[in-house]
Amino acid sequence: MSMYGLNEIRSGMKLIIDNDPCVVVDNEFVKPGKGQAFNRLRYRNLKTGRVIERTYKSGDSILAADVVEIDAQYLYRSDDEWHFMANETYEQYVVHEAEVQDAKQWLKEQCDCKLTLWNGTPILVVPPTFVTLKIVETDPGLKGDTSGGGGKPAKLESGAVVRVPLFVQEGESIKVDTRTGEYVSRAKE
Amino acid sequence: MSREQKNNWQPSASLSNLKLRSQVIDAIRSFFKARQVLEIDTPILCSNTVTDPFISSIPAHVAINQNNKLKTYYLQTSPEYAMKRLLAACPIPIFQITKSFRQGEIGHNHNPEFTMLEWYRPHYDHHQLMDEMDELLQSILCCQKAIRKTYADLFFDILQINPHQVELNHLKDCARKHHIHLANEVTDKDTWLDLLMSHCIEPKLLGDRPFFIYDFPASQAALARIKKGDPSVAMRFEVYAQGRELANGFYELQDAHEQRLRFETNLLKRNELGLDELPIDEYFLSALNTGLPDCSGVALGVDRLIMLVAESDNIQDILSFDFSRV
Repeated sequence: MSMYGLNEIRSGMKLIIDNDPCVVVDNEFVKPGKGQAFNRLRYRNLKTGRVIERTYKSGDSILAADVVEIDAQYLYRSDDEWHFMANETYEQYVVHEAEVQDAKQWLKEQCDCKLTLWNGTPILVVPPTFVTLKIVETDPGLKGDTSGGGGKPAKLESGAVVRVPLFVQEGESIKVDTRTGEYVSRAKE
Repeated sequence: MSREQKNNWQPSASLSNLKLRSQVIDAIRSFFKARQVLEIDTPILCSNTVTDPFISSIPAHVAINQNNKLKTYYLQTSPEYAMKRLLAACPIPIFQITKSFRQGEIGHNHNPEFTMLEWYRPHYDHHQLMDEMDELLQSILCCQKAIRKTYADLFFDILQINPHQVELNHLKDCARKHHIHLANEVTDKDTWLDLLMSHCIEPKLLGDRPFFIYDFPASQAALARIKKGDPSVAMRFEVYAQGRELANGFYELQDAHEQRLRFETNLLKRNELGLDELPIDEYFLSALNTGLPDCSGVALGVDRLIMLVAESDNIQDILSFDFSRV
């Protein structure tokens, strides 16, 4: 497995730090005129999403991580397994609860996702930025309400609960931004 | 030729920054010429170099006779030794603006080839030299008078520690408290002090007034005299502006014997760290033996000064071609 010297590490590179795959956010060379050289590395742990800062001696090396992102379609769920298929190779991948994390509440069969693979194994699922999902449960709204006001909770077919305007009814489909979990608009099926 | 090279033929600096660069260098020359400081230039390629464990020189293999026999020379990391040899022969105020080279130093504030201003003043101590530095900075940066602080006061004000007496474990705790997470074990107190300086203190040295920090720990004396006392301190100063180290000056050590001991200590440390063996500069030591005048000297990173004038936070913005384009 290849190693990168601290001086050649650039943002966007994938590394293994503390046994976890990480992506480099920023690498700053720090050296006092007379003192020892260090690199101040900021990186995101790809499993937890947390951004961490750590200081390395400039002469050190860090193991490169074999991490790739692929386009895949969500197929179906069976118990605690989520099944995906790579768009390009048709290869199927099984993803478990820990990796599907926040994505699972947005997954609808046949939707296009991004899978992050580490050594060929999925470690992260990113759902499409916008999804269209049907409301399976919400209180009936009051007649004449427009989109202003506080809204109400609505449960979607994928399991997520989002706040929607009062005029939106059970059985309708809506567009949601998965990054924020916010209602965008009503959608035509 | 790679695609990157094809796209990188252009300068990294804008024309306006190249003009600023030229103006700053003109202003430095006028400043010293008005004060009757002699401009000199010394060789960049020398058979010796600094022994500092944390400054790495770039070697060059030079033919020294008709048979093309090659000998290792070094691109100078600063013109210090040659300038002091000149001073030992002719004790007059001198300055030079020269290219210097440091291996492996690449970053937002570093380029392996950079421009250094270095000057020496016979019969000045480091406080008198700080006065002159202050005038130079005020004239070029149009800034206020610098704030002067001892190294100890600076550490106490910002981190509430006494850098001369603090224990190693306390330094480590302080670093941890300030979210410095080191990937390796470091047991050298000065390295921890440097880490706290660069991670916690430097970013706070902001504002319209530069900072002059003086009276460094004796263990960080480099080529400065040591003032005996409790604690003993190195008669050395550093200049910071907008969170960036700008210059380093010494009330120069004259004692050739003490200088040799410091070089030997450096060589031992280099050996411990597994670094290349280096010859000691005997020309320089002979000059000290003959007699360096009582003097102070300082080196200032001209590129960083230009960054301040250009309000840039990346050295590539003010270099005609930064290291990725050469």
